[in-house]
Amino acid sequence: MGNPNRSKATGGLLGWIDARFPATQMWEDHLSKYYAPKNFNFWYFFGSLALLVLVNQILTGIWLTMSYNPSAEGAFASVEYIMRDVDMGWIIRYLHSTGASAFFIVVYLHMFRGMMYGSYRKPRELVWIFGMAIYLALMAEAFMGYLLPWGQMSYWGAQVIVSLFGAIPVVGEDLAQWIRGDYLISGITLNRFFALHVIALPIVLLALVVLHILALHEVGSNNPDGIEIKALKDERGIPLDGIPFHPYYTVKDIVGVVVFLFVFCTVVFFFPEMGGYFLEKPNFEPANGLKTPVHIAPVWYFTPFYAMLRAVTYPLFGVDAKFWGVVVMGAAIAILFVLPWLDRSPVKSIRYKGWMSKVALVIFALSFVLLGCLGATPSTGPRTVAAQLATVLYFAYFLLMPFYTRMESTKPVPERVTG
Amino acid sequence: MMNKILAIVFAALMPVVGWAAEGHSVHLDKHETDLHDTASMQRGWALFKNYCLGCHSANYQRYERTADDLGVPAEMAEKYLVLPGHKIGEQMTVAMRTVDAKAWFGSPPPDLTLEARLRGTDWIYTYLRSFYADSSRPFGVNNTVFPNVGMPHALIELQGVPEKTCKPVPVVDEDGRTKVDPLTGKAFLETQCDVIGIKQGTGKLTEKEYDQAVYDLVNFLAYMGEPSKLDSMRIGTYVLIFLAILFVFAYALKREYWRDVH
Repeated sequence: MGNPNRSKATGGLLGWIDARFPATQMWEDHLSKYYAPKNFNFWYFFGSLALLVLVNQILTGIWLTMSYNPSAEGAFASVEYIMRDVDMGWIIRYLHSTGASAFFIVVYLHMFRGMMYGSYRKPRELVWIFGMAIYLALMAEAFMGYLLPWGQMSYWGAQVIVSLFGAIPVVGEDLAQWIRGDYLISGITLNRFFALHVIALPIVLLALVVLHILALHEVGSNNPDGIEIKALKDERGIPLDGIPFHPYYTVKDIVGVVVFLFVFCTVVFFFPEMGGYFLEKPNFEPANGLKTPVHIAPVWYFTPFYAMLRAVTYPLFGVDAKFWGVVVMGAAIAILFVLPWLDRSPVKSIRYKGWMSKVALVIFALSFVLLGCLGATPSTGPRTVAAQLATVLYFAYFLLMPFYTRMESTKPVPERVTG
Repeated sequence: MMNKILAIVFAALMPVVGWAAEGHSVHLDKHETDLHDTASMQRGWALFKNYCLGCHSANYQRYERTADDLGVPAEMAEKYLVLPGHKIGEQMTVAMRTVDAKAWFGSPPPDLTLEARLRGTDWIYTYLRSFYADSSRPFGVNNTVFPNVGMPHALIELQGVPEKTCKPVPVVDEDGRTKVDPLTGKAFLETQCDVIGIKQGTGKLTEKEYDQAVYDLVNFLAYMGEPSKLDSMRIGTYVLIFLAILFVFAYALKREYWRDVH
C-alpha cells in the first residue's frame, strides 16, 4: 500500500488535524489520488448510485421512525398519519418506499456489470464476496422493512417467507416460531423486525459497504476490458490508464446522479405505486390474520427466488418438496458467492471471452428476468414448467462455467484500455 | 443449439405479457378520475357523509384537511359535512361498535379511507352501479361485481329499485366497440337478459344523474385515498424541471473536466 504520490505537509487547521488524524491521507487514498481506469462506461454508474440510494434510505428512514408506531395496533394508522398529517410526510415515505425498489434495481445492474466484465476475478474475490454479503443483508433489510406498514401483503408475505423455515426437517417448526416470537406473525414479530430493520441490519450494511470499498481501493477498480491498469505505470508510479477518481469520476457521477434522480423522482412524485409493483394494492388494507389474500406475491425484487422455490414440486428422500424448494432458493444465492472460483477463463471481460460465455450470460440474464415475471404471477401447470426450465438454466450458467470458460477460445486482450 | 434454447426462453417469456393483464373476470366500467374537479369532489363528500359515513369510517382522514383541500369554508363544513358530535379537527370515525357491525352485516363494514387505492376507482364505480333486487338476500339486494355482498344498497333511494330484466342493449364487438348499422348509422340492438333496469318512479335521480352521483362519490374516494396527490404532481413537476436544468450544468462540468483525458 502507501500512495507514492501522497502530499507531504499540510499547514493551518488541516495541518493540525493531519498531525492527529489521517484526513488528507484518506481523502487522497480514496478520492483525489485513487486512480481509476479511464474507460468506465455506462455500467459503472451503479456503484455510486447504490451509495446514493443507501444514504436516501437512511435519511428518510430516520425521519419515518420519528412518526412511525411499531405496534400491531398502531403501525398501519401511523403510516397513514405520516401520509396525511406529517408535513411533507408523504414525500419522505414515497422516497423510502421507492428507494427500496431503486436499491434493488441499481444493485442488480451493479452485479450484472461485475459478471459481464469479470470484476469478481482475482484479485477482487473479496470485493465480490463483500458485495454479495451486502446483497444478502439488503434482502433481509427489505424483507423486514416490508412488514412494518402492517398491510395485508406485509403480513401474509412475512407469513409465507417465515413459514419456509418450517420446512426444514426436525427443527423447522421451532425455528420458525423462534423467528416470529409467536405462533403466527404478530405484534411481537413486528417489534423485532422493526428493531432489526432500523438498527441491526443498517449497521451491518454500513460496515459491509465500508469493507466493500476498502477492499476495492486496495486492489483497484476493474474496467470493461478486464485488464489491470496497475501493470503499466509512469515514472511517478501512476497507472498510465488511470485517472484520479476525484475530480474525474465525481463530476461524471454527478451527471449519472442527476439522470437517476430524474427517473427516481418521476416515480416518487407521479407513480409511487408503480402499477402495484412498488406498493402492492392489498397493502392498502390493514393486516388481518383471519383473511388470506387471494394471491400472495412477494415484492418484485424477490420474485426470481420465489419462482425457484415454487418450481420445486418433487419430494425427495421422504422430505417435503417445500424443503427442497428452500434448498434450491438458498443455493441460488449461495452459488453467487463462489462465482470467482467457477470462472476459469484466461480473460476477465466478456469482450474477450468466447461465444459460449456470451450466450451463457444472455441466457442467464433472460432466465433470471423470466423467473422474476413468473414469481409475480400465480403458478399454474405451464408456468411451473417454465419456472423449472429457467431454474435449470440459472444453475447451468454457474455449474457449467468451469467447462465452457476453459473450452472456448478467447480473443487477445490489449495491453492498454480501449475506448 | 444455443439459438434453440434462446428461442425456447423467448417463447416462455411471451405468455407473461398476457398474464399481466388478467385479473377480474367481471367487466368494470372506466372511472375517469379528475382530482381537479373540485365541485365533483365536494358533491362526492356530501354523498359520502350522508350515505356512507353512517356505517363506514374514514379513520385516517380529517374533516378539516378535507375542507381545506376541497375548498369548503370551515363554517360551512362544520354545518353540513361534519357529523353531529364531531369536531372539525377530528377524523371521520363511526360510532358503530365492531361487535354490532359483525352481528348486523356479517363482517364489519371496511374503513373507506384507502378503498380507492385498494380496489381501484373503476371497481367502486362499477360496484355501486351493480346492485339488483334479490329477495334471497337479507337486505333484499345482491351485486354482480361482488356476489352475495353483506352490504345493503345504501344509495337505493337515489337510484331506485334496480331489477334484473331483459332489455335491448347495443351490440358490442370483441374489442368493446359498439356495432353500428351502416345503413341507418344507429347502433345494433339486441335483447339481453340479466341486465339491471330501474323500476319506474322508485328513485330520486334519473339513470344519468345517478351515474354522475356515483362518479362524484368515487372522485371523492380517489381524493381521500391519496390527499397529497395533487401536491405531489405540482411539486414533482418543479423537481423534474430543476433536474433537467441541473443536468445541463452537470454535463457541461463533466465535459470541461474530461477534456484533458484520452
